[in-house]
Amino acid sequence: MNDAIVGDGRRSRVSRPRVSRLTRLLESEKALATALLTPGVAILAIFIAYPFVMALWFSLTSIRVGDEGQFVGLANFTKAINDTIFQQAFKNTVFYTFWATIFKLALGMWLALLLNRHFRFKRIVRASMLLPFIIPTVLSAFAWRWMFDPTFSVMNWALYHGGLITDRLPFLSSGDWAMWCAVVVNTWRGMPFFAITLLAGLQTISPDLHEAAALDGANAWDRFWHVTWPLLLPVTLVVVVFSVIQTFSDFQLIYVLTGGGPANSTHLIATYAYQIGVASGLLGEGAALSLFMFPVLFAVVWVQLRSLKRMDNA
Amino acid sequence: MARFSRRKFLQYSGATGMAGILASHRAPVFAQANTVHILRWNDFVPAADKVLREVFAPEVQKALGLKLNVETVNANDIPARATSSIQSGNGPDIIMILNNYPHLYSSAAVDVSAVAEEVAKAQGGIYEAATQLNRIGGKWVSMPWSMVPALIAYRKSWFEEAGAKSFPKTWKEYHDVGKKLKAAKRPIGQTLGNTFGDAPTFTYPLLWSYGGQEVDAKGKVVLDSKETVESVRFMAQFWKDAHDEGGLAWDDSNNNRAFLSGDISASLNGASIYVAALNGKDKFKTEKGAPLHTDILHAPLPAGPKGQHGYHTAFNHMVMKYSKNAKGAIEFLRWAHKKENYEKWFTVQKGFAVGPTREWEKHPMWNQDPVMKPFQTAPLLQKRLMGYQGQPDKRAAEAWNKFIVTVMYARACGGQMKPEEAVKWAAGELGKIYTAT
Repeated sequence: MNDAIVGDGRRSRVSRPRVSRLTRLLESEKALATALLTPGVAILAIFIAYPFVMALWFSLTSIRVGDEGQFVGLANFTKAINDTIFQQAFKNTVFYTFWATIFKLALGMWLALLLNRHFRFKRIVRASMLLPFIIPTVLSAFAWRWMFDPTFSVMNWALYHGGLITDRLPFLSSGDWAMWCAVVVNTWRGMPFFAITLLAGLQTISPDLHEAAALDGANAWDRFWHVTWPLLLPVTLVVVVFSVIQTFSDFQLIYVLTGGGPANSTHLIATYAYQIGVASGLLGEGAALSLFMFPVLFAVVWVQLRSLKRMDNA
Repeated sequence: MARFSRRKFLQYSGATGMAGILASHRAPVFAQANTVHILRWNDFVPAADKVLREVFAPEVQKALGLKLNVETVNANDIPARATSSIQSGNGPDIIMILNNYPHLYSSAAVDVSAVAEEVAKAQGGIYEAATQLNRIGGKWVSMPWSMVPALIAYRKSWFEEAGAKSFPKTWKEYHDVGKKLKAAKRPIGQTLGNTFGDAPTFTYPLLWSYGGQEVDAKGKVVLDSKETVESVRFMAQFWKDAHDEGGLAWDDSNNNRAFLSGDISASLNGASIYVAALNGKDKFKTEKGAPLHTDILHAPLPAGPKGQHGYHTAFNHMVMKYSKNAKGAIEFLRWAHKKENYEKWFTVQKGFAVGPTREWEKHPMWNQDPVMKPFQTAPLLQKRLMGYQGQPDKRAAEAWNKFIVTVMYARACGGQMKPEEAVKWAAGELGKIYTAT
């Protein structure tokens, strides 16, 4: 029972339904927020924070499989820096991420602009475009490996029988070719993600802006550069951030396509860290190698998020 | 409706043992304790995996009351499974590990000396190479199961057409014949890729046959020598003149496919090419229409200026310390190595894999097919192991896993480095491994 003010201003005692403790708890924004956030935080703590802290600790020890090892300070990092295979893997990772992201952005944008137009079977085309992204990477990488096979490559066969080549192209047997092949496969796989996200961004741009620009005499390129691109930039930056993170830490594609070969020339940081840490059982060294990804990714994400913030403030 | 209390239910169902399972939410202890989970590779002779699943499993159940779970994966993926199992303390009771991996995982192994000594005593002794790989500090940390000898499978008629009446005895002769074969679009096929079997079993013996070695007797890295440079220089030229250059990207299965499809004339391999041709008489034919297997012979790797060497992949079974049923796992190994049981697995291999003891050299199977005869005593040609002239220890395993020796040849063959540079690079990498620990 509580006091309440009635119409003539007098206080009156009115009865209110009993509110359960749980209801009161849920009505508290603080408690509700805690309840909703706890599962997410727990998952992050168990599956992200704990392994990360463990990796940090491992990287400072000489732990091997079945042997706890001892604290070695930064020795694993020093060994990695002086390891020529790691140096190559680091360069490869930067090369792979840079070119794959550029191609995915350019081709994804092009595809998004095409799909933003009206044409017959538009929905079917849009849905089928997602196929490379939906198929598990391991399966598609196996298919590409067959297409690039040194002996039985269907592409070599087609080019040879089409009279375009006289000798087989060394798709996976030359280090440079193999690296570019990996970029091509990554682009093929990641492009739909760019296209579909940019397409969503394109659909938020009012057609009136394009019409106004066209009336002012802007051609197609001008309309893209001065209207579409600036309005799409925030979405583009977000997509690029995701893509850089995924590509820089890519593992499956290289593992299946080249296994890091030929002659270690296509190892990425992730595949080399796996080879050392998991396949060779040198867990401390493997952890140190994989941690080299962290500052690079952190810097990239930080720069891009700052740009986004600046755009928001502008 | 009559009331059926929980208590009554438990009383009734207790008779069938269900109550305990339901109450504890786990299988009865005796069932768990009597299961042995073994992880092995996908055998290149699939019939052998069939023997494990369809013959060994029911027979071991009958003989020892053990339920055998056989899991097979790609051999290149086994180290990853072993590492994760050991670190998490959970996984297969027995893991099949290759070559000198027993040295890597020794601290996670159960002592199987009793089984090894029994088998050695009963079967004329375990091969020296297998002993060095599995016995550490006087203790058997894993049980040698088999060895897959690596010999060159070659097309008899094509070699004859190129002027070789028998298989070349030296690397130089092999180079000369290979040159003619490649000119006739019948190149030699050899992987120099990052793969566990055919690449290192080729490159290590080549190195040794020229007098090169990783370390000296004191463990000092001596790879950068004129002998090693000579072997790399030879291989780079041999590669260009006689090989299918796509081999830089091959794994252990590419050469099988290339040989069976008639794209290459020779390849270092286990007997799986021949066994596949034998099992597919109607599928694999020569250009004249004869069954392909009738045109295949085997030979060891040729000799170099400093002798002839071979390297055969060792397959070993390790009983894991974390296993809840290590006793059952050891009993299974003891049972599996009994002659009457092992023979069932051994004979379907048709010589692709040989036994861990000399006893199996005497098996009548070897008289059935003269083409397989070179495999009978092939392990005797294995005089050295990785890490020679040191021990096949953890450091040798790290160098092997990083494919340092193979990559040394691959870099020179692929034109990435001159032979001298490739050797210097490899010696530097080895140096980091051998000075770090």
